[in-house]
Amino acid sequence: MALEKAATAAQSIQDARENPSPWMIVWIALKNHKGALVGAGVFTFIVLVVLIGPFIYTVDPILTDSSALSQGISWNHPLGTDNLGRDMLARMLSGGRIALAVGFAAMLLSLFVGTAIGVIAGYYKRLDGPLMRLTDLFLALPLLPLLLVIIMLFRETLRSAFGPEMGIFFLIVFVIGITSWMQTARIVRGETLALKEREFVLAATSMGTSGWHIITSHILPNILSPIMVSATLGIANAIITESTLSFLGLGFPPDFPTWGRLLFDGASQIGTEGSTARVIWPGLAISLTVLSVNYIGDALRDAIDPRVRNK
Amino acid sequence: MRRFKTIVLLTFAVVFLHSCSLDFSSKHLKLLYWQAPSMLNPFLSSGTKDMEAASIVIEPLARYDANANRIPILATKIPTIENGGIPEDRRSITWHLREDVVWSDGTPLTAHDVVFSWQYCTHEEAGCTAKDSFRDVEQVVAVNDHTVRIDFVKPNPFPFGPFVGSICPVLQAEQFKDCLGLRAQECTRENFYPIGTGPYIVDRFRANDTVVYRANPRYREEDKPFFRKVVIKGGGDAPSAARAVLQTGEFDYAWNLQIEPEVLSSMRESGKGEVVTAFGSQVERIMVNQTNNDASLDSDTRSVFMDGNNPHPFLSDLSVRRALSLAIDRQVLVDIGYGIAGEPTCNVISLPEQYVSKINDDCKIQDIEEANRILDEAGWVRGTDGIRAKDGVRLSLLYQTSTNSVRQGTQSLIKDMWQQIGVETELRNIDAAVFFGSDAGSPDTLQKFYADVQMYTNSFEGNDPSNYVEGWQCENVPGPHNQWVGVNISRGCSEEYDMLLETLSETFDPAQRIVIIKQLNDMVVQNYWEIPLIHRARVSAKSNSLKGFELNGWDSELWNIADWYREE
Repeated sequence: MALEKAATAAQSIQDARENPSPWMIVWIALKNHKGALVGAGVFTFIVLVVLIGPFIYTVDPILTDSSALSQGISWNHPLGTDNLGRDMLARMLSGGRIALAVGFAAMLLSLFVGTAIGVIAGYYKRLDGPLMRLTDLFLALPLLPLLLVIIMLFRETLRSAFGPEMGIFFLIVFVIGITSWMQTARIVRGETLALKEREFVLAATSMGTSGWHIITSHILPNILSPIMVSATLGIANAIITESTLSFLGLGFPPDFPTWGRLLFDGASQIGTEGSTARVIWPGLAISLTVLSVNYIGDALRDAIDPRVRNK
Repeated sequence: MRRFKTIVLLTFAVVFLHSCSLDFSSKHLKLLYWQAPSMLNPFLSSGTKDMEAASIVIEPLARYDANANRIPILATKIPTIENGGIPEDRRSITWHLREDVVWSDGTPLTAHDVVFSWQYCTHEEAGCTAKDSFRDVEQVVAVNDHTVRIDFVKPNPFPFGPFVGSICPVLQAEQFKDCLGLRAQECTRENFYPIGTGPYIVDRFRANDTVVYRANPRYREEDKPFFRKVVIKGGGDAPSAARAVLQTGEFDYAWNLQIEPEVLSSMRESGKGEVVTAFGSQVERIMVNQTNNDASLDSDTRSVFMDGNNPHPFLSDLSVRRALSLAIDRQVLVDIGYGIAGEPTCNVISLPEQYVSKINDDCKIQDIEEANRILDEAGWVRGTDGIRAKDGVRLSLLYQTSTNSVRQGTQSLIKDMWQQIGVETELRNIDAAVFFGSDAGSPDTLQKFYADVQMYTNSFEGNDPSNYVEGWQCENVPGPHNQWVGVNISRGCSEEYDMLLETLSETFDPAQRIVIIKQLNDMVVQNYWEIPLIHRARVSAKSNSLKGFELNGWDSELWNIADWYREE
């Protein structure tokens, strides 16, 4: 009986090995990429910790406590406190939520805009020129001054519409998304141009398939790999941009913890007792997240692209 | 022959290098201002940094020393009633100029320069920031080449406004004669390179970056100044400026160090320099907006006083303002953010001692219970979220200040304190260059005050707050009608205050004046137009080798730069 079971199991494994689904192949390739595994592990860990952490560790990240200023690591404050007595662990957890939320949301926005513009420019020759010049225009704009102007212009409107924190969240996601889609658009356009001339697309066109259908069922699945890579890099980029804005004292309200803000607060205190840890923790969290996401993106590209994978 | 040449060259090289190293180590003075000077004409700039950078070059008739006494600079003595400088009716003041003073171009200083400076500043289109100093001045007359008389339209109990202190110096008539009125701002060359009587001459000026001065060979005191060159480098922030003096020793002096006490003391441990503090009139306070600043209002009504017809939805309620002040633990703010550089205060005038009111001192003790009781009594009821409301108006504040680690810390602490009395606070920080920028086009300046409360430091020059208390007059409320220039930032306005001020201008008995000024202070504080928090000291850092330095809380910090020297 047991023997039979084992045999069936072996058979199914055998089947999987001989006729693996495309996603199985990707998974097998990913599994062999050590950097990706470690990266995925670290990233999952960070996501879980910041998602679940605040439910278990229910200390208020904004509450000041003048009886516990600039403390080191202790049972009450596992990562110590800052110079106003705010708990560092609570701030790190809540800051991580913001960083990741901004990262994902901005990535999705920039991916959507970038892919749409890239595919349309690549597929419809008439629109290619105008759309690509628009892309060049955005690439040529100096990013940081643009961000500052947008924040100054729209902060007030969004603040009154969605409240101070959500308003700024939308604003930051919007400005990061709207200023980081250009690379994706260029890559997607290039791939689309090449795919458009391939036989299977020509065949579909000659059978009278509509442009929309060709894009969704023939082109998009085939350019998934560069899009995925852009997505992972986009998260990293968005997290860094958010920390830049916080570091400059813009972005979220000053008491609202984000990793960038924690780094900014810590940096001004460098040299005092216990301040080193206050810089290291947020710095480490930003670096680890960005690094692990980059590794995942790197491995995904290798795994999805058959030309690279079979080498 | 060749050998001889080499020897000569080498000798030159050695001599040159030697003199260079001497130059850099002992004959150069390097000052660090983390806000860079943008021009050297104090009449056209309200920035303290500009006033200080200019005070090295151009001088007033008299200025304040470290003990807040008036000392003559370009004048021979301070006019008094006893020495005949001020007549019994107090309608004028007569200054005698020193006869040994020449401008750095060699021409003598005369009374005409003083008369010209008055014309320059009071020209209608000039936009002179020291115009208030010339309030009630009827005319300035050159009696002879070295005597100048200032006539007032009415008896003036405080005639030391014009030409006293670094905000109101004497310009050279010859240099600025074509720069009157609208042309004032266009005279870039003059505003960057003013000819002065001070110990140093401007050598090179790069706006918002560096100023290089060289010693004035015609300076009136012999053997002074001691340095060949002075460099003011601008830029960076307060912590990096402190570090450059205290830790790395790259600079001799750093200005205005609003830094957490523990950061400052950790830097001091390097032993390269020392931290100097001096108390003056600086008070960090919260301005409470008396006008409606709702974002939905247009720019002609938002935060505009409109003769009292645009009141704030809840800050116009005295009990709310009172509760906000009671809930603050000022000692905690000092301990965390200021240390020896500050002390709790309950008055907008916290020095000189004789002007300090004693009746407000109970604010130093935080009283959350009393604050809650006051709000309960006034009908502000806590909602389900813990925030008080009345008739649909929630006690929710926008609290803004400039970007500075100490100020953000203070903001967070006060937010927590206000949370305890059911007031919700949203914090906002604005870059100092914008917040203090007085740009009428920007929505983020302290004059526009598009927030419910805002926090910064205010002060007055010299030992007499007579001009300072005029700031809270109704006519000084900023708004579109005066291009948002006006010092009554909280828009507090009462007839009672203006009438008492009128009484002050007619009172000549010094003791009586002190009583009235105290009453004026009490009106500002007890109306809670402003909530005083911390009496701040000026904090600067200087290198150990710099001697002759005396920090002045009442005038430019560079007031005695001619006496500075180096001792290795």
